[in-house]
Amino acid sequence: MQDVHKTYPDGGQALRGVNVRIERNEFVYIVGPSGAGKSTFMKLIYREERPTKGSIFVNGFNLEKLKQRKIPFVRRNIGVVFQDFRLLPKMTAYENIAFAMEVIEAPSRVIKKRTQEVLELVNLKDKGNAYPNQLSGGEQQRVAIARAIVNNPAVIVADEPTGNLDPDTSWDIMRLLEEINFRGTTIVMATHNKEIVNTMRKRVIAIESGLIVRDQYRGEYGYED
Amino acid sequence: MRRHIREAFRSVWRNGWMSFASISSIAISLFILGVFIVLALNVNKLAADIESDVEIQAYLDISVERSQITELQNAINSIDGVKRSTFVSKEEGMELLKESLGEDGKALLEGQEGDNNPLPDKFVIEVYEPREIDVVAGRILALNDGVDPDPIWEVNYGADTVRTLFQVTEIIRYIAIVLVAGLALTSMFLIANTIKTTIVARQREIAIMKLVGATNGFIRWPFFLEGAILGLIGSVIPVAILAYAYGRLVAVTELELGLLQVVLVPTAEVWSVLVWLIGLGLLIGIWGSTLSVRKFLKV
Repeated sequence: MQDVHKTYPDGGQALRGVNVRIERNEFVYIVGPSGAGKSTFMKLIYREERPTKGSIFVNGFNLEKLKQRKIPFVRRNIGVVFQDFRLLPKMTAYENIAFAMEVIEAPSRVIKKRTQEVLELVNLKDKGNAYPNQLSGGEQQRVAIARAIVNNPAVIVADEPTGNLDPDTSWDIMRLLEEINFRGTTIVMATHNKEIVNTMRKRVIAIESGLIVRDQYRGEYGYED
Repeated sequence: MRRHIREAFRSVWRNGWMSFASISSIAISLFILGVFIVLALNVNKLAADIESDVEIQAYLDISVERSQITELQNAINSIDGVKRSTFVSKEEGMELLKESLGEDGKALLEGQEGDNNPLPDKFVIEVYEPREIDVVAGRILALNDGVDPDPIWEVNYGADTVRTLFQVTEIIRYIAIVLVAGLALTSMFLIANTIKTTIVARQREIAIMKLVGATNGFIRWPFFLEGAILGLIGSVIPVAILAYAYGRLVAVTELELGLLQVVLVPTAEVWSVLVWLIGLGLLIGIWGSTLSVRKFLKV
């Protein structure tokens, strides 16, 4: 990201000149107080928002010059995970994951094989036929992560993935994300969880009032909750 | 493609009541539309039948000798717009009159034969273009010009009746066109609204599809097909009912109306028009869905 500014139409200044470079295969925590611009930062990566000024490159694509038609193809290289999981309630766990592959029009044989594979990876082999409301929060988040990685994206963007989970479950999710990171996927994760950041040491980028105030490898959370 | 069709059907099924509502709305609109089309077709046919039945009666002056008839008929036949002319002598005229009056007329017409026959000789003239009947009648009267005494005593073609009939059929045609257009438009907006509701209910799904990288075309297909399915079902039902009902109507009324010399538009002809309604239903469905999807696909 180069000199990125974002001002919302209502006049709110979310980001005021952010410069950052995240390398392939990095694991980055984005920390900072609520409303500091963390979510905007994440949304800019998967092109849900456009910067008011400055330019953003993801996987070699210049998001600023990206044609509307091409957006879907950039997103296929980015897996997104949310605090509220965002699963489709009328589909089973298996269908929710396979859905992400159907959407990019993968052949059905490949879909079957790959969906089984990721179900195993997130340790939900036996829950494939369960609907989201039959799963615990941690299980739902694992389905969401499976959906995010099923298309082998280069980057995972996770917006407070442990925000709705109890500490034990949160650790399960973190171990899963770390495993995915080991396999070569870049992970950008916004979080408020001090314990996780301080224990599982990674690069920490702190955003306050729309500016990066700290960028530290193996950094600490640095805020008192 | 298979996936889209499956999704579309699944969604029609899943949105049970909404689908039912939109199918009913199309079906009802198209049914009314269909009834009107059938009605319009028949009114048109009736008007055309009556129009073509119109003929001119040209009564001859008593001074005209029988030897002049052929010459006069040739003159009439050579008039522009005349299709055919038939000579009816006063004796034949009396026979026809007796026939049409039946038993009761026998006494009335007693002693009116032979030299006492009060009827004039006449020509019955058919024209090519019923709408120009008054022009042709004028040309026939023009045969009197420069001849003394006038060979043609009077022409009669129910001028006012014909003119009124033309006006009425014209008005009916216009009313039918306006109503049909209005109903078609109403159905379109109904279906657009229904699909909009469907989409609103599925906005979450659309958002997730976009998030995992679905192209707009990919997202659009199932909705497009869903609209087409709704339109198809919604039009096949009324068309089937109308086609069947009209067939029965023609069969049942054939005898009775035949006595009145009225013939309904043949079933096959009505069916070929009704088939267009299915195409219209499809169009309405597809148009409605594209209209609503477009709004929701803007990033």
